[in-house]
Amino acid sequence: MTFDERRKQAISDWEALQQSDKPHILVGMATCGRAAGAAAVLATIKEELARLGIEALITEVGCIGMCYAEPLVDIIKPGRPRISYGNLTPETVKQLIEEYLVNDNPRPDLAMGTIGEGSVEGIPELAELPIMKPQVRISLRNCGHIDPADINQYIANGGYSGLIRALKMTQKEVIDEVSKSGLRGRGGAGAFTGFKWERLWEQPGDVKYLICNADEGDPGAFMDRSLLEGDPHSVLEGMLIGAYATGSSHGYIYCRAEYPLAIQRLETALKQMEEYNLIGDNILGTDLSFNLEIKEGAGAFVCGEETALMMSIEGKRGMPRPRPPFPAQSGLWGKPSNVNNVETWANVSAIFQRDAEWYAQYGTESSKGTKTFALAGKVVRTGLVEVPMGITVGDIIYEVGGGIVNNKEFRAVLTGGPSGGCLPASKLNLPVDYDSLTQAGTIMGSGGFVVADEDTCMVDMARYFLSFTQDESCGKCVPCRVGTRHMLDILERITRGEGQPSDIDLLERLATTIKSTSLCQLGGTAPNPVLTTLRYFREEYEEHIVEKRCRALACTELIKFFILPDKCQGCMICLRNCPVDAIIGDRRMVHIVDQEKCIKCGTCMDVCPDRFSAVVKVSAEEIEVPSEPIPVTASRPATKKEDAGETATND
Amino acid sequence: MGEITLTIDGQEIEVDTGVTVLGAAQQAGIYIPTLCYHPDLTPYGACRLCLVEIENMRGLPASCATPATNGMVVRTKTPQLQEFRRGVLELMLSEHPHPCLTCWRRERCGPFDICLRSVDITQRCVTCPKNGTCELQEVVDYIGIENVELPSTLRGLPIDRENPFFERDYNLCILCGRCVRVCQEVRGVGAIAFTSRGSETLPGTAFGHALRDSDCRYCGACVDVCPTGALIERRRKYEGLPDTRVTTTCPYCGVGCQLELELKDGHIMEVLPLRDNDVNHGQACVKGRFGITEVVHHPDRLTTPLIKKNGKFEGATWDEALELIASKLSGFKKNEVVVISSAKCTNEDNYVVQKFTRTGFGHNNVDHCARL
Repeated sequence: MTFDERRKQAISDWEALQQSDKPHILVGMATCGRAAGAAAVLATIKEELARLGIEALITEVGCIGMCYAEPLVDIIKPGRPRISYGNLTPETVKQLIEEYLVNDNPRPDLAMGTIGEGSVEGIPELAELPIMKPQVRISLRNCGHIDPADINQYIANGGYSGLIRALKMTQKEVIDEVSKSGLRGRGGAGAFTGFKWERLWEQPGDVKYLICNADEGDPGAFMDRSLLEGDPHSVLEGMLIGAYATGSSHGYIYCRAEYPLAIQRLETALKQMEEYNLIGDNILGTDLSFNLEIKEGAGAFVCGEETALMMSIEGKRGMPRPRPPFPAQSGLWGKPSNVNNVETWANVSAIFQRDAEWYAQYGTESSKGTKTFALAGKVVRTGLVEVPMGITVGDIIYEVGGGIVNNKEFRAVLTGGPSGGCLPASKLNLPVDYDSLTQAGTIMGSGGFVVADEDTCMVDMARYFLSFTQDESCGKCVPCRVGTRHMLDILERITRGEGQPSDIDLLERLATTIKSTSLCQLGGTAPNPVLTTLRYFREEYEEHIVEKRCRALACTELIKFFILPDKCQGCMICLRNCPVDAIIGDRRMVHIVDQEKCIKCGTCMDVCPDRFSAVVKVSAEEIEVPSEPIPVTASRPATKKEDAGETATND
Repeated sequence: MGEITLTIDGQEIEVDTGVTVLGAAQQAGIYIPTLCYHPDLTPYGACRLCLVEIENMRGLPASCATPATNGMVVRTKTPQLQEFRRGVLELMLSEHPHPCLTCWRRERCGPFDICLRSVDITQRCVTCPKNGTCELQEVVDYIGIENVELPSTLRGLPIDRENPFFERDYNLCILCGRCVRVCQEVRGVGAIAFTSRGSETLPGTAFGHALRDSDCRYCGACVDVCPTGALIERRRKYEGLPDTRVTTTCPYCGVGCQLELELKDGHIMEVLPLRDNDVNHGQACVKGRFGITEVVHHPDRLTTPLIKKNGKFEGATWDEALELIASKLSGFKKNEVVVISSAKCTNEDNYVVQKFTRTGFGHNNVDHCARL
């Protein structure tokens, strides 16, 4: 069968699936879905269908991005639009199957929205929801919609048409098309992809390597994983186009071993490509020959750095090496090489499936197209979103993300993972593009977007991210290995309340040295969280050092718990729950925290009944309490008096 | 004349293609501090001391790894660079004992002097076997560090004394990686590599096993390239600096490795393989590197030929011995003689032996012990 015949077949199969007279159920089975219990939901759906004797088609799809609402199930009933249901449990899905498929009640209470033409009363259109409306899904175009384990579904949705288009162009024309699209590397550094390809293309020699960097290691980032799990072919097609353009004969996908599902999807995809003559020698009957291997990384963050990644593929210790020579000159096994990120490759295939002008209409002057962000932290709707470049930080958090959890105050957002920096509320209007972020002291990075609320101490946050980079430093160059440790020591000192006034200067001096002299960008960007928090939250550092106060009440060494004598009911709950017996008192006697013994675990505060709220957490403050338990004087809260007594006795 | 012209610190320099910026500077006599760089090893770029400014190049490239190109304009000593070097060196010193390194009296102190600042003996340069030849000292002296503001975070590791040849004191290690690279790249052994990561990183064997259980051949190449006192030959540890150096050929085999003997009071302190020769290029084996000192000064070593008289060996001169051999050989027919030589002799000696056999006796019955 020729590819064209296969394509026609795939399209007719896809159309038959869409127009099937059987219900079609799509279950989000990416890692996020599985973690939320999608496997149990899927099993229940199958059981229910069997029990009710309904014949339905089930497709396991990737993540559509609404991770906060997983497990997600979409149901397409003949003649009805596709309805997305979220936050399902085996119990609710059981009801849903019976009620919707048998009784034709679409259960608007469980629905997220409809997808596609037509509407259902009481259910909004998904694309019009605040989370979806600002999004432009280019690299994630198929995620959540097609079966990632079926190449035909990818082909039916325009898959590999980009490759066919590219193969009809000259190599230079392909590179020019990429340059024209303005695509920049989505892995962090933001180098122009067309420029990188041209450097590789220029190199003489018949052995060149193309590498896909899927060693996603930022805490809180999962763009690449989701893409590989949801639509591996879009990445692989991008690599084929790159192989043709640059004249590369071999490729590697360096994927961390902690992504077993992504690796499984890639393996399946490669097998199918082999069958369809899309990989190996004389691809689709042309002169293009390209072999691709999956290399599993052992989970070192530094292996995301391209030279360390290549060392790791070579079987050496993953440590960066100096540049020049650049990978395009001497990369993997000393041969000309090019490394692009997963998301970049998926964008390449999208650009060729349409064209460069279409792609370049999105984004800003210097940052074209869209960027995927992994929304995490204290934001209402965590998940994966793809937005056009130039959208503001505030829009991502408040529109797409739905604001801060529990309506708390926004404190900061950390972009770019541990190499990035924290942006304060004053930067909520900052457009998200490579240059604006760099100017603000942070980086685009690979797309981590961690939101912090008022309960997050910025010094502690900087300390956390530095402890990560310090652990993950490869240990090769002096500034990164030793410098980050000293910075971490200083930050730990500050969060313990032992900071010196000179520490801020010392931190800044160390940060400058490390940034300017480190061998690779792990060290070069490691001080960013500290530098940006010093820039935007300097007063918090000063409070920690001078007043020994943590305004977020997060640094345990700087906080104290007190029981307010005018509120304590002497109910004994906190006293009994204290793990270190640091609370003294008796029934109907005001309890007192023994500050010497207290380990600041906060249990007393958690267990004190809300209507008493007698336990407070303070920093750099003393609250006057009696030296020993005295009889309770506070009047009991008017309501639920009996409850309080009961709780106390039953506890 | 070179093919590439570049400017370093305002000086125009011509070099051949493939020379690094550091190489070009060295050719022109411009000093750039280095610690991880070694001429026999591939560039590594870890110590960050050889950073330079190059026009139209982003950041501060490491001169040891950057190839010189035509028209390059390089600056090696701007105040900013020196400041960064000081910063990096200060970080390095925060892990390495440094009270003496930053003390102005260092050169005046002897190993047995009482330190006026009561510095711990394990932290003093003057008691370090590398004192005077330490490359870290040289760099500190060049950059000039009077005070290390950062807290000292010494590793507090025990010294590894499990092998008879050299000691491994990783408290003094600056992780330049020379030992790891020489073992891998030059010796092709790879007995040691970096272990752990982050600030825990140290050179070591696989799974922390003893060297004797690793692939180590005790060639001592790691000891020779170590810039600090981390790897030190045990025998010379407290001997101080040599008063004489003698170049010689290794007597252990026919390869003819060129060695430099460091002597003090007529005794060999240490044997170092010579770099500038076509035979061993700075390498030696365990016998040549560590075996000579003991053998040469061993009381049992034969220093003159012995002739058996009345059933007992007695010392003799070479003339007497040769005379005796000649007189005995003349009593045999030519084909009654077989000549056995030693593989420990030099090629030249063995050449003479076979020449002697073939011309003197007219046959090929000559061999040496390595074939037995």
